[in-house]
Amino acid sequence: MGLRMFKLNNVVYKKILYIEQLEIPKNKVTSIVGESGSGKSTLLRLLNKLISCDKGEIYYNNLLIDNIDSVELRRKVVMLPQQPVVFPGNIKENLLIGLKFSGKPEVGDDKLTQVLEMVSLKKKLGDDTEKLSGGEKQRVALGRIILMKPEVYLLDEPSSALDDKTEEVVIEKIVKYIKSENKTLVMVTHSKKIALDYSDNIVEIDRGRVKNNG
Amino acid sequence: MDDMIKLQLWQVAAAYAFVILLLIIVRLKGISREKEILISSVRMTLQLIFIGYLLIYIFEHPSPVYSIIILAVMEIFSIYTILKRTKISFMSKLGRIIAFSMSFGSVICLFYFLFIVINISPWYEPRYFIPIGGMLIGNSMTGITLGVNRLVGEMSTQKHLVEGALMLGATPKMAAKHIVDDAFDSAILPTINSMLGMGIVFLPGMMTGQILSGASPVDAISYQIAIMLGILGSVSLTVILFVQLGCKTFFNEQKQLYN
Repeated sequence: MGLRMFKLNNVVYKKILYIEQLEIPKNKVTSIVGESGSGKSTLLRLLNKLISCDKGEIYYNNLLIDNIDSVELRRKVVMLPQQPVVFPGNIKENLLIGLKFSGKPEVGDDKLTQVLEMVSLKKKLGDDTEKLSGGEKQRVALGRIILMKPEVYLLDEPSSALDDKTEEVVIEKIVKYIKSENKTLVMVTHSKKIALDYSDNIVEIDRGRVKNNG
Repeated sequence: MDDMIKLQLWQVAAAYAFVILLLIIVRLKGISREKEILISSVRMTLQLIFIGYLLIYIFEHPSPVYSIIILAVMEIFSIYTILKRTKISFMSKLGRIIAFSMSFGSVICLFYFLFIVINISPWYEPRYFIPIGGMLIGNSMTGITLGVNRLVGEMSTQKHLVEGALMLGATPKMAAKHIVDDAFDSAILPTINSMLGMGIVFLPGMMTGQILSGASPVDAISYQIAIMLGILGSVSLTVILFVQLGCKTFFNEQKQLYN
């Protein structure tokens, strides 16, 4: 393993996660797989510091995350939840809101249109997000994160609401883009195929414990 | 200017007869609210008789101690009412913030009003201190109650939006901004509506009272304008304090939402 982005030591969270040792490499694609309810989403929430573990330590870039300001960390380690969050407003506002929340400068419409292409969403920037389907909302949320250019992308089932064909296309483009930018991707996925095809590293979680890592 | 027509006992009794007529209709129609109507009418009468005699005593013996005690009783009662209606414990952080915002906001407004706007002397003159204090506190109480319900309700129903914003690196303040704004709007709306309808849809109570007691409508109106602005200020200040401080109680020191 090369440089590491995250390191977890004896992490316990409620009765959900018990991770003795886990390292997540820097600038690589890591997939997290496992049965539903095994604690995969909880792991991403811990890395985003949306929650804190009851016991143990989590390090980001060799720094204990308890000592990093949560907002500062989340601006570098951005998370996409499984249920896509869309805010009231149109697609453009929804794409830009991530930049606004993280205090980054706005970008022009050209850039926004490019991002919509990357997530294979054939919609206009002025379209209302309320009328979008689950899969379309998921892609808007994904596009929003791509615009933010974080150090680490934490994607929880980023393609769960997409059909197989769109899923393949979107994931391929995203992984390619993140690799080209030399960033880190940690992705929870239900699809073993996606995990095998696109990951440098696969972590399997079973009932809150790391079963396989490699 | 004519003096106010003083109501005789039989005239008050006639008003009661009207309520008895209402009770008969309620009974005939089978609406089971006669007990509540009777209790609230009797309770209102007894409370007003008591406060009437109390006010006579206090007006005849003005003292800063009496004025402050009355103010404290009004504040405590209003806080108790808010906590009861919103089912929030005084021991909780939110409960203490309600108490602080309510008392601090309304007291600041009351003293601004007494010292700057009306400029009364002595400052505790009960004829002004008590009714103006009552109006500011009463309206702020309604505002905060609405604000608390909206803030607590939306922090629960829109938790996914707040959490979604935090995941993207928003500060807790940014993440809850739309809920805080909504809570403020809902709290201030009754005051704004009553200001918009004033003079057209209805004549406000204080102004009506002054006109009935023989004051010139112009004097009554200038008082009414001043008190409405005071009420707007007091409701706004108490609610701003509450939503700004109250919003923080939903997050821990690690800027995470409490479960």
